[in-house]
Amino acid sequence: MDIISLNSIDLSIAAFLLVLLSLLSMLLSLGLGQKILFYGCRMTAQLLFIGLVLRFLFDNGSMLLVMLMSSVMLLAAGREVQARQKRKILGSSGYLISTGAMFVSSFSVTMIALLVIIRVEPWYTPQYAIPLLGMLLGNTMTGISLAMDRMTDQLYGRRGEVEQRLLLGQTWQEASRDIRRDCMRTGMMPIINSMAAAGLVSLPGMMTGQILSGTPPIEAVKYQILIMFLISAGTGFGVVSAIWMSGLQLFDDRHRLCLNILDVDRE
Amino acid sequence: MMVMHLCVKNVTFLDKGPYSFSVEKGQCVGLTGRSGIGKTQLFRAITDLIPSDGEILLEGVPCSAFSPTQWRTKVTMVPADSFWWYDRVGDHFYKSDRQTALFQENCTLLGLDAEIANWQVNRLSTGERQRLALLRSLQNQPIVLLLDEPSSGLDAYNTGLMETFIDNYRRQNEPAIVWVSHDSEQLGRVADREFRMERNGLYERT
Repeated sequence: MDIISLNSIDLSIAAFLLVLLSLLSMLLSLGLGQKILFYGCRMTAQLLFIGLVLRFLFDNGSMLLVMLMSSVMLLAAGREVQARQKRKILGSSGYLISTGAMFVSSFSVTMIALLVIIRVEPWYTPQYAIPLLGMLLGNTMTGISLAMDRMTDQLYGRRGEVEQRLLLGQTWQEASRDIRRDCMRTGMMPIINSMAAAGLVSLPGMMTGQILSGTPPIEAVKYQILIMFLISAGTGFGVVSAIWMSGLQLFDDRHRLCLNILDVDRE
Repeated sequence: MMVMHLCVKNVTFLDKGPYSFSVEKGQCVGLTGRSGIGKTQLFRAITDLIPSDGEILLEGVPCSAFSPTQWRTKVTMVPADSFWWYDRVGDHFYKSDRQTALFQENCTLLGLDAEIANWQVNRLSTGERQRLALLRSLQNQPIVLLLDEPSSGLDAYNTGLMETFIDNYRRQNEPAIVWVSHDSEQLGRVADREFRMERNGLYERT
């Protein structure tokens, strides 16, 4: 069965639902009306733009273009992680930590998927590389953002406890262990929830898209299982990397807690 | 030449100082000064929780020659406000049998319930937390003990118990002690020497 094509009127009907929600928010003074409209318009513009970019990329799929697109996606994801931090690490360190963690986790897992599991030829085929990387980046970005936000917030709020533990002769790793454990749990919670709900509560997005385009359900399920495993592993590695690198930044070589590198005025 | 247990030479931090003083083995030095002058920050500098300039020497060896964990095991601070991260009191203390028996004996000497190790932390009063914080810091048998207003939350009777306990500990183990207090009478009882802290230095009281 061929996929049913959508036109602007179809999208407008869906957009109208969002406009209704925005009006309701304004009527009830919930303060979200403008934000809903703004991010709805921004998302539409971003996706239309990326659709044009992908069309060009699929027609001219060189390795250089794929790497360039991947780099832009990574840098944008790093910026989004920093923008969500309540107490972000000042300067370039925070951005480098989030970007570095996503690079290490998402890129490595994507490469494993392309080279070892799917074995597409060439490995940088844009129809496979970009969507896979995009899904991994999107999910690791969420996990890393939550974990880093929790880490800086907890180290700031529980600094008395951490310093008390340092005073008792603990290393920074021991003194911050409970907090790092909590951050790991927080960072992994979205993907664990997704795994728990997949197939029972909802059909995940990738599977839905493939089924809509005519892919046999069993094949779509196999790809969905693959992507869930990759996302879980990528998110896990990314969160562990981000927590560790944040710890290295927030404690100095004398195991002192250095909260002066945090932006603490954003209350 | 006698090597001082703790020697602080021209230490500056956060635009304060320079501060210099020394404490011998088994000696107690009292430290007083108006609130906010930086007594706690001085202790934080000595325990290497904040960076500082100058020299801090333990038996002639500079702080930088020790690993941070080694230093803080030997030079420990009992802060005025203590923090507790487990639900049960006993989980904050080492679990060996000898430590447990010694712990119960010390609790009794400090006027605490002998079974306090089984209590929930949220049941503790301010005074109980202060005394338990002292016991927790003594587990590592520090060479230098920095006491930041250790009896500020205690009544006169328990203050007396604490002073006696620390005095006995000093006689048995001979740590160097620096004792911060706003109570000049207390410092008169416990300290061999007294210093007053100002923004630009320490001044010995005669």
